Amino acid sequence: MGTQKDIDQFDILTLRREFPILQQPIHGKPLAFLDSGASSQKPRRVITSLEHYYEHTNANVHRGVYQLSEQATFAYERARGKVAKFINARSLKEIVFVRNTTEAINLVANTWGAANLRPGDRILLTVMEHHSNLVPWQMIAQRTGAKIDYLEIDGDGRLILDDLDRRLQGVKIVAVTHQSNVLGTINPVAEIAARAHAAGAVVLVDGAQSVPHMPVDVQALGIDFLAFSGHKMCGPTGSGALWGRKALLDAMPPFLGGGSMIQNVTLEGTTYADVPTRFEAGTPAIGESIALGEAIDFLSDVGMARIHAYEQKLTAYALDRLSEVHGLQLYGPPTAEQRGGVISFTLEGVHPHDVAAILDTEGIAVRAGHHCCQPLHDLLNIPATARASFYLYNIPEEIDRLAAALEKARRLFA
Amino acid sequence: MDDLYRELIIEHSKYPHNAGTLENPTVTQEEKNPLCGDQIKIDLAIEDGVITDVRFVGRGCAISQAATSLLTDEIKGKSLDEIKQLTKDDVLDLIGIPLGHNPVRIKCALLPLKAVKAGVYSFLGTQLEDDEDEL
Repeated sequence: MGTQKDIDQFDILTLRREFPILQQPIHGKPLAFLDSGASSQKPRRVITSLEHYYEHTNANVHRGVYQLSEQATFAYERARGKVAKFINARSLKEIVFVRNTTEAINLVANTWGAANLRPGDRILLTVMEHHSNLVPWQMIAQRTGAKIDYLEIDGDGRLILDDLDRRLQGVKIVAVTHQSNVLGTINPVAEIAARAHAAGAVVLVDGAQSVPHMPVDVQALGIDFLAFSGHKMCGPTGSGALWGRKALLDAMPPFLGGGSMIQNVTLEGTTYADVPTRFEAGTPAIGESIALGEAIDFLSDVGMARIHAYEQKLTAYALDRLSEVHGLQLYGPPTAEQRGGVISFTLEGVHPHDVAAILDTEGIAVRAGHHCCQPLHDLLNIPATARASFYLYNIPEEIDRLAAALEKARRLFA
Repeated sequence: MDDLYRELIIEHSKYPHNAGTLENPTVTQEEKNPLCGDQIKIDLAIEDGVITDVRFVGRGCAISQAATSLLTDEIKGKSLDEIKQLTKDDVLDLIGIPLGHNPVRIKCALLPLKAVKAGVYSFLGTQLEDDEDEL
């Protein structure tokens, strides 16, 4: 990559060739990978970066005084800088490397939450959170005696914010997803953050589905914490980051205890390292975090605004095309504005699992189930949905194939 | 597609045998597959150590519902000892589709066996053995 092309000349076929896995047939058919919401595919340069690290630089960080360790440390910290720049953090000290979004949110719940939540305090979530931004809060609420409230959604899957100011009374933290992994809804987190701050609450944004797909600027959003995974944004599994405002991170107790996170250890006690090291106990995912930096370079070379614009076009096309499929019920906002490239659906008379299995035989990979979002499915009164989610390497032809295979599934069960 | 969704599976999922509930079941057993939301509730009538009647209510994917329909036909008239001997392979033979490579769908297919066995064991006053739980 490296050359910026106009969005109208988005050279998608060249881009696709950078993803080796997409060249591989499935059941003898071309792979249409429509499950990037679960985990994205990786471009060659990210795979190469991982390989290069293990072949040439592999050594532990922050402790060796020999050349390899210094190189590994340099590359690891350079990747931290790339993450910081990618989301417009003020300082690279605000970036904590974690394994995934789930770990990032658990970190905040267990450190900030344990230090700041008291019986009777309130935590405000939404009914569209996935389990990663739900279970850690339920666990810390149980431990601290805090109570959880949920913002509800309207018939189109948008958050109801009319009574937000009232709902914010007594709330210490608002934890909200930037984009729903089921409905595709993009939430107005800047507005929520401004109102939450006015009520004295801090704001955590679950960026698992937004950071990979659109420009995310933590300063412009005016939020306090951002959690996201590397594996959903062309990076390796086991990579991800928590961004937090430095003042908040500084005041937080450690998460996991062990090596690296200390300043001084005696048999009597320990003083802890400064942020972000305090939150990175043990040997981190060094090669994976470096390769996440490579994924960020790849995405930045294409351009996040262009990726978002392209995916919105794809989504609009998909909404249009899928609305023609008989018996197909789509969930979430009906138009591509204010939503991302995630479309959940049910096909009348065919269980989502069967839909996914039939699509698989056509080489089409979609997810079926409740997408780690059980309460939302309970609310919609459906046990499961099938979900197609797009990324920068998907093409309109794959959506045509999806629509055709859905018609086939419907006929099979008719 | 033809392999996984043979006519038999489609037929049984659309028109399941033994659908409904029993008026006075000896045992009622419910099982769920949290991954895909499959659920079945099986009523068993047991007389003199034999399954004399069975009904089920369920919702879920075609594989789970067809497997339940087929298994309920199979167990009628069988002794509890025979039920205890039923294996994963018996169920896979019944539904006759190649699921061996797909651990997720195997869970769907074996849900009714888990329910029937759990029901029988609870009737017998014993617990499912650990290895049975791993069906």
